[in-house]
Amino acid sequence: MSTPVSVSLLVNGEPIDAFVLPRLNLADFLRENLKLTGTHIGCEHGVCGACTVRIDGEIVRSCLMLTVQAQGASVETIEGLSDSGEIADLQAAFRERNALQCGYCTPGMLMTAQDLLKHLPVPDRQAIREHLSGNYCRCTGYQAIVDAVEATARMRAERPA
Amino acid sequence: MMVTRAPAETLSVLDRPNSYIGKTVPRPNLDRLLQGRGQYVSDLELPRMAHVVFLRSPYAHARIVAIDADAARRMSGVISIVTGRELEAVITPWVGVLSHLKGLKSAPQHAIAIDRACWQGEAVAAVVATSRAVAEDAMEQIAVDYEELEAVTDMRTALDPATPVIHASLGDNLAFERTLNAGDVDQALSGSEVVEADFVFGRHTGVTLEPRAVVADWNAAEARLTIYQGTQAPHMVQNIAALHLGLREAQVRVVCKDVGGSFGIKVHIYADEMATYALSKLLRRPIKFVADRVESFNTDIHARDHRCRGRIGVKPDGTITAFEIDDLTGIGPYSMYPRTSAIEANQVVNLVGGPYVTPNYRARARVVFQNKNVMCQYRAVGHPIACSVTEGLVDLAAAKIGMDPVEIRRRNLIADDAYPCASPSGMKFEQLSHHASLAKLLQMMDYDALRAEQTALRARNIHRGIGIASFIEVTNPSAAFYGVGGAKISSQDGVAVRLDAQGSVICQTSITEQGQGSESLTAQIVGSVLGVSMERVRVILGDTDNTPYGGGTWASRGAGIGGEAALQAAKALRQNVLDIAAAILQSTSGGLDIVNNSIVSADDGAPRIELSELARIVYFRPDTLPPGIQPELMATRHFVPRQYPFAFTNGVQASWLEVDTETGFVTLLKHWVVEDCGTIINPQLVDEQIRGGVVQGLGAALFEKCIYDERGQLTNANMADYLVPMSGEMPDIEIGHVVSPTRESELGAKGAGEAGTAGAAAAVANAVNDALRPFGATITEIPLTPQVILTALGRI
Ligand code: FES
Ligand code: FES
Repeated sequence: MSTPVSVSLLVNGEPIDAFVLPRLNLADFLRENLKLTGTHIGCEHGVCGACTVRIDGEIVRSCLMLTVQAQGASVETIEGLSDSGEIADLQAAFRERNALQCGYCTPGMLMTAQDLLKHLPVPDRQAIREHLSGNYCRCTGYQAIVDAVEATARMRAERPA
Repeated sequence: MMVTRAPAETLSVLDRPNSYIGKTVPRPNLDRLLQGRGQYVSDLELPRMAHVVFLRSPYAHARIVAIDADAARRMSGVISIVTGRELEAVITPWVGVLSHLKGLKSAPQHAIAIDRACWQGEAVAAVVATSRAVAEDAMEQIAVDYEELEAVTDMRTALDPATPVIHASLGDNLAFERTLNAGDVDQALSGSEVVEADFVFGRHTGVTLEPRAVVADWNAAEARLTIYQGTQAPHMVQNIAALHLGLREAQVRVVCKDVGGSFGIKVHIYADEMATYALSKLLRRPIKFVADRVESFNTDIHARDHRCRGRIGVKPDGTITAFEIDDLTGIGPYSMYPRTSAIEANQVVNLVGGPYVTPNYRARARVVFQNKNVMCQYRAVGHPIACSVTEGLVDLAAAKIGMDPVEIRRRNLIADDAYPCASPSGMKFEQLSHHASLAKLLQMMDYDALRAEQTALRARNIHRGIGIASFIEVTNPSAAFYGVGGAKISSQDGVAVRLDAQGSVICQTSITEQGQGSESLTAQIVGSVLGVSMERVRVILGDTDNTPYGGGTWASRGAGIGGEAALQAAKALRQNVLDIAAAILQSTSGGLDIVNNSIVSADDGAPRIELSELARIVYFRPDTLPPGIQPELMATRHFVPRQYPFAFTNGVQASWLEVDTETGFVTLLKHWVVEDCGTIINPQLVDEQIRGGVVQGLGAALFEKCIYDERGQLTNANMADYLVPMSGEMPDIEIGHVVSPTRESELGAKGAGEAGTAGAAAAVANAVNDALRPFGATITEIPLTPQVILTALGRI
């Protein structure tokens, strides 16, 4: 437990080499070692979804994963998705619709919403509600978030590929 | 939207061209949060910062016989282990009472328990280390010798002579009692049908998504303490920290940037936060405390642990003759500081029966101590209890006399032209709009069609219900809330507005932002009054060194109080700007206006001089101004309501849901709210405040409950076992407005933050009972879990 081990991974496209304790979870690694504080921690037991990141294209709760398990993986956080412009339209829809209040759930929400839209381009409201059901939001009442995701889906569907 | 009052004769600032007031504009600075680049306290790191974790009592009530921390002290990375006795040298204890709540008593509370722990979760020692992980490792090596004491857990027996007294010096476990007797209840009830019921409310908590977090940084060289904290009331924190650390207020700075949810959870000051401030002073370095989720459940204030016996009298024609309540609530071992834990019970007494005409009202509220986590004010303090009792009784009365729930409300709600008036509990109402709101609600939900649908579905064994709940809401609190009781919690707020050298505007306000949109509403008001576009307005808040002194954001006061201060400050600055412009342009200030960032002629709107040019002259070439002109491009104004201690608002909610009588599950189908918060500054923000509030109320109605066992152990202190609403279970919520601006301010805004939470549970409970009517079952308990419903149906 007390001996650091070496780990190499890609974070937002950037190669990272580090020595970490085997028990260090990925959320803490991102936040504390890399200062990528956009990945939030709400529960540390896999329930709230605030710590959602993308690993090799799939969304994962970074509080439930050890950093050493990310050896060789490509990790994408909210900062990476923002800078690449991949979710600029989704972020604009959230802004437009006030789909965030305190903003603490927002990075995880955006990650999860983007995941849904990649797998199911035009989801209905119930499908959106169900897909987001692993992400707590204590501020908004969810409706604005559902509206924003629905609007983004519609816009993407109308946009010529 | 319906406006209840005719516009004033003269055009006010609300009617200015290009006004942002009343318009949906996106909140400024959202990109920061959308990109994960917010600055929450849990993100903060300072040089030499250490982390504290608290060793917490596993017992609800225990004597601390000995603490052996030697092994832990020797661990690498451990900086210090501090007990309550050691910390006492730096910070004094406190007693959470207010003088206007007569008879309220509590015992001295320490930042870390000394000798005795009074709830499961009370800190008994602090471990400070270089990282949280090291501190947690060390904590496991501390051996505490406890002698378990009998725990007082059931509030129903807390006052029995056989129950131990938690604080011997207080004599008994009664923290506070209030009685009220208006009119002649006995006589009213003797001539009426009387219905009564016991209402039971589960204990729940806020579950802010970001747990409580604080970084305290004592700078010994400056003799100043900087506290970074997610708080709703920075100046209150400044005052209290200074008081108990023996500092002057000027030696304490409180900084509050982004806050990951508050809802009243973060308007209090907790013992572990006090301990963190003190540890920083003791150890002379920055100390960070971030509660983990289990700690949040055990130490964030709990709320609404009430049992309330209610009675209503009704005549066969539907006239309500009297209300009577006997409310009992348990607050844990201490009254919370500095706001006290008696405010909610007091509020319940104030609010029951509030929307209805009846002079006869009798109430008793008792607040008792228990060995459970502290209980205190959470969003919509007292409102959901009062509303559920009142509206539950009104529905029971309607059922008793065979009247439609809407009809009985129509016959008893205070008339919209009866204002100003007062309630039997002495609350003053300036202007409410119950009837207009109800009418609007019925039209939005198509009440008659819904009733027809319900009947048709019942024939097919599908059980849907409609629940209606009218409510009144306390907003814009004046000094009557805390100040008169001696608490140093400002009821006024201040805003300073200045024009910078390029013609942009900077406002410093004492209200805070937790996502409601305080920044936006301030910028909208200031931009409108000054004729400056919103992108050119920057708002600074959440910093006691850099904002005027004020109350902060709680009890729905941001827009009504902080917004009016912003309006008045902007008006003052506008006058200064026009005076200077008049001097420069050799005109009169009355002949000029500011529109779209330029000074224009008032009569024809012709551009005269850009604000940026005016600012350039004032700041860099004041020598060119006529003699005798001392330009002031900054103005500050403060505001607090004086005539009405609170701006009461009102609203009504309706719930449409289906009960599965086989499983006891409730499916929410649709929810409607009509609310009257006076002038609406940003319709989208108001609607989203209401929606968020509704969902918190729906959580209380269906899911949320802190479950204690008989030894005072909280058995569901994690997010997996304590249920909150998720997107999949929540319905769409439709919002409508009636607008009765308050005349206490030029802006006319009242609060909207409590409205959703105030009435949601009552609407749901009434809807469930409406659905279950064919089965003769009535439930007056929340949360309405499948177990509660199946029990009422006699199925389990
Ligand atoms: S912090 Fe990972 S799911 Fe809550
Ligand atoms: S916006 Fe606060 S938790 Fe979602």
